[in-house]
Amino acid sequence: MEHTLLGGYRVLDLTDERGLMCGKILGDLGADVIQIEPPGGSPARNIGPFYHDIPHPEKSLYWFWTALHKRGITLNLETADGREIFKRLVKNADFVIESFEPGYMASLGLGYEELERINPRIIMTSITPFGQTGPYAHYKTTDIVGVSLGGMSRIYGDPGMPPNRISAPQFYFLGGIHGALGSVVAHYYRELTGEGQHVDVSCQQAVVLSLMMAAEFWDMVKVNYKGVGPGLGLSGIYFTRQIFPCKDGYVFLLWGGGATTAFVASARGVVEMANRDGMILDFKDFPWVEFDMQRILFDVEAQKTVDRFIEEVSEFFRTKTKQELFEEAIEKSILLIPVSDARDVVESPQLAARGFWETVEHPELGEAITYPGFPIKMGDIPYRVQRRAPLIGEHNEDIYVKELGFSKEKLVLLKTRGVI
Amino acid sequence: MAKQIFDGIKVADFSWVGVGPQIARELAEHGATVVRVECHKYPDTLRTLPPFKDWQSGIDRSAFGMAFNTNKYGLSVDLNTPKGREVGWKLCMWADVVTDGMVPGTMAKWGLDYESCKKIKPDIIYYSTCQMGQKGPYSKFGGYGMVGTAYGGYSHLLGWPDKDPLSLFNNYSDFIAPWYLTCAVILALLHRRKTGKGIYLDQSQVEAGVTFLAPVMLDYIVNGRIANRMGNRDPYMAPHGVYPCLGDDRWVAIAVSSEEEWEDFCCVVGNPEWTKDPRFTTFLGRKENEEELDRLIGEWTKDFTAEQIMTLMQDAGVPAGVVETAEDLFNDPQLKHREHFRFLEHKAIGRHAYNAPAYRLSKTPNHIWKAGPCLGEDNEYVYKEILGYTDDEIADMLVEGVITTETDMPEALRQG
Repeated sequence: MEHTLLGGYRVLDLTDERGLMCGKILGDLGADVIQIEPPGGSPARNIGPFYHDIPHPEKSLYWFWTALHKRGITLNLETADGREIFKRLVKNADFVIESFEPGYMASLGLGYEELERINPRIIMTSITPFGQTGPYAHYKTTDIVGVSLGGMSRIYGDPGMPPNRISAPQFYFLGGIHGALGSVVAHYYRELTGEGQHVDVSCQQAVVLSLMMAAEFWDMVKVNYKGVGPGLGLSGIYFTRQIFPCKDGYVFLLWGGGATTAFVASARGVVEMANRDGMILDFKDFPWVEFDMQRILFDVEAQKTVDRFIEEVSEFFRTKTKQELFEEAIEKSILLIPVSDARDVVESPQLAARGFWETVEHPELGEAITYPGFPIKMGDIPYRVQRRAPLIGEHNEDIYVKELGFSKEKLVLLKTRGVI
Repeated sequence: MAKQIFDGIKVADFSWVGVGPQIARELAEHGATVVRVECHKYPDTLRTLPPFKDWQSGIDRSAFGMAFNTNKYGLSVDLNTPKGREVGWKLCMWADVVTDGMVPGTMAKWGLDYESCKKIKPDIIYYSTCQMGQKGPYSKFGGYGMVGTAYGGYSHLLGWPDKDPLSLFNNYSDFIAPWYLTCAVILALLHRRKTGKGIYLDQSQVEAGVTFLAPVMLDYIVNGRIANRMGNRDPYMAPHGVYPCLGDDRWVAIAVSSEEEWEDFCCVVGNPEWTKDPRFTTFLGRKENEEELDRLIGEWTKDFTAEQIMTLMQDAGVPAGVVETAEDLFNDPQLKHREHFRFLEHKAIGRHAYNAPAYRLSKTPNHIWKAGPCLGEDNEYVYKEILGYTDDEIADMLVEGVITTETDMPEALRQG
């Protein structure tokens, strides 16, 4: 256990969809995460997609991912017995993560003040859409509502169309990773002082933190950045395309004029590449550095030049495949890359060369499944998938019998009373 | 000021652009001493990009260039000179944590890579973060997050199924990668306390992004399905979307996730005839007739403001939220309650906003006191107090161009 960064530290994970990613990341770092589900299993087990499209609580791929590494027990906190058992577990735990509606844990007598009395070292991390208090604290949300209130939908989309969300949920993943961060910061302090604390996470703020400089744009020059389609720009004022169709799909090109050296180099590189095929000739020796992109804002002629460049690049790219363009881009330091779908990502030679993918045994399915791994190589501290996501109550015996010393008879009693 | 969590931890921040600086900022906002190493000749890309104060460009005038650098000391030095490298080396030897966000190989060229540092300082904690990671056939690809999100599967999943994929304006993976890395760095500091050992952390930002698309990847791996972008649809909900509202380009997001919510939703819209249309009374019916459903809802929403609809829906227990613009975020009562935007006085661009973390710690809140530095703003403090150079040595380095100044900037940056 000494070989991981959080080896030997125990996490009690009470979360559902709203916070699962937090414990998953602590598990990535080696923590012993016990997922505590209500009897019958977590509602997150109903989230698709599903293994072989079988909608079964032990076949959710969402669950496979967000409960990876974890052991699973069932426990009903709404019973007095359940709460007593939970308090016993807290004595030997290092973290409690929860994502209930604000106030729920306190209403069960399990708020931070109570948990702190049981174990002053405990770190309690509460992950909710908007934080523990405030006017939206009890608002209901889903991914699209959350990313919209956090400003992310507004920066994506086409002019004149509804703003867009990413077609794969991000809201609670963002809250989860910021939950892991807050937990780890608090952990550092605890290791120095012996004192735990409460970490109150807002998924909405996690979204705002991922808007890059959209907020700064408003703050500085009172412009709201809005999505302009497959490129960058200010709606109705200027537009530079970045995503171009090519022979067999799409490529992304980051280019520009002015002081940003890397963008200029890309524009020049593409022109050189095309010139060899007798294309984009009128941009040979174009004065990119003097062509400050900010000029487009106030200059119709400059936008016309940009439009012409886009048109000629589009024409050139249609004669090439993603791979042909990409290979030359790497060689010449052009910021051009294929737009990948899931298959392209899974088959990426780069991710394979890094050893990104992990093989996880699923004995209950009689097969091993390839999973995304961890995005950091940590020297001689290896990344290890501790185990596949738990089946419902899979580790009840581990925890209740082996660890807490309940007899099997008692386990039956608790089961019949709906405690576990 | 109360004692901060990372008091006494020293960071030599050689990273730049989006990802690397955010990790060092997180440590700085909790008390670490961070020196941000920059050079006028090759300024951080973010310093060259808007938003500039009053649209007037300038190396210290972009709020983008400041956003990820609160509480840091700004140093200017040209690492391409022998003396400059000596300065860089001294900083590495001073630091507990060294950061690198360059194209792989750049730090090695300067003799400031992990292997070199480790030889002299075996317990150094050192991170490198870049698009692709340090090794592999594409490792030299020095992209930005927008490029990495295209490669990592995001662009393909953004937009309408019958139209081009879209750019992720915000370089989205730049705002996933830092938090993985910050966790690892903090735990590495604890690991060092216990074992005396340092660590080298090698991050791929593309991979960080892929972890947030894992269910999509597993769906391909297990089921062979290649997920496509679907506008604002959701495979498991209907109605689900973004609807037009009263005002100029105003929108509200509504998502109905259960039968109970559907009934409450119908009440809010006033139970018009169409809600009783057999096409919409069942979930499967709504899913099959989603386009028509969205049109009818849009007809209703357009007479209200987004704020009104959010309130009406939320009061009835239906998930709904304003599609907030940046301006909305500054006026959002919840973000105000959380004190999300914090303002600091900046030497070149005046008082401006900085984000707070998404987590609040009950006992050790973070603290910001210093706006992102002007390039080289703290040269005097860093060269003299931290590195121990004398006035004469500093004067020499200025003359020799080792310590860079505005006169070293590329021509394009000097016009403003």
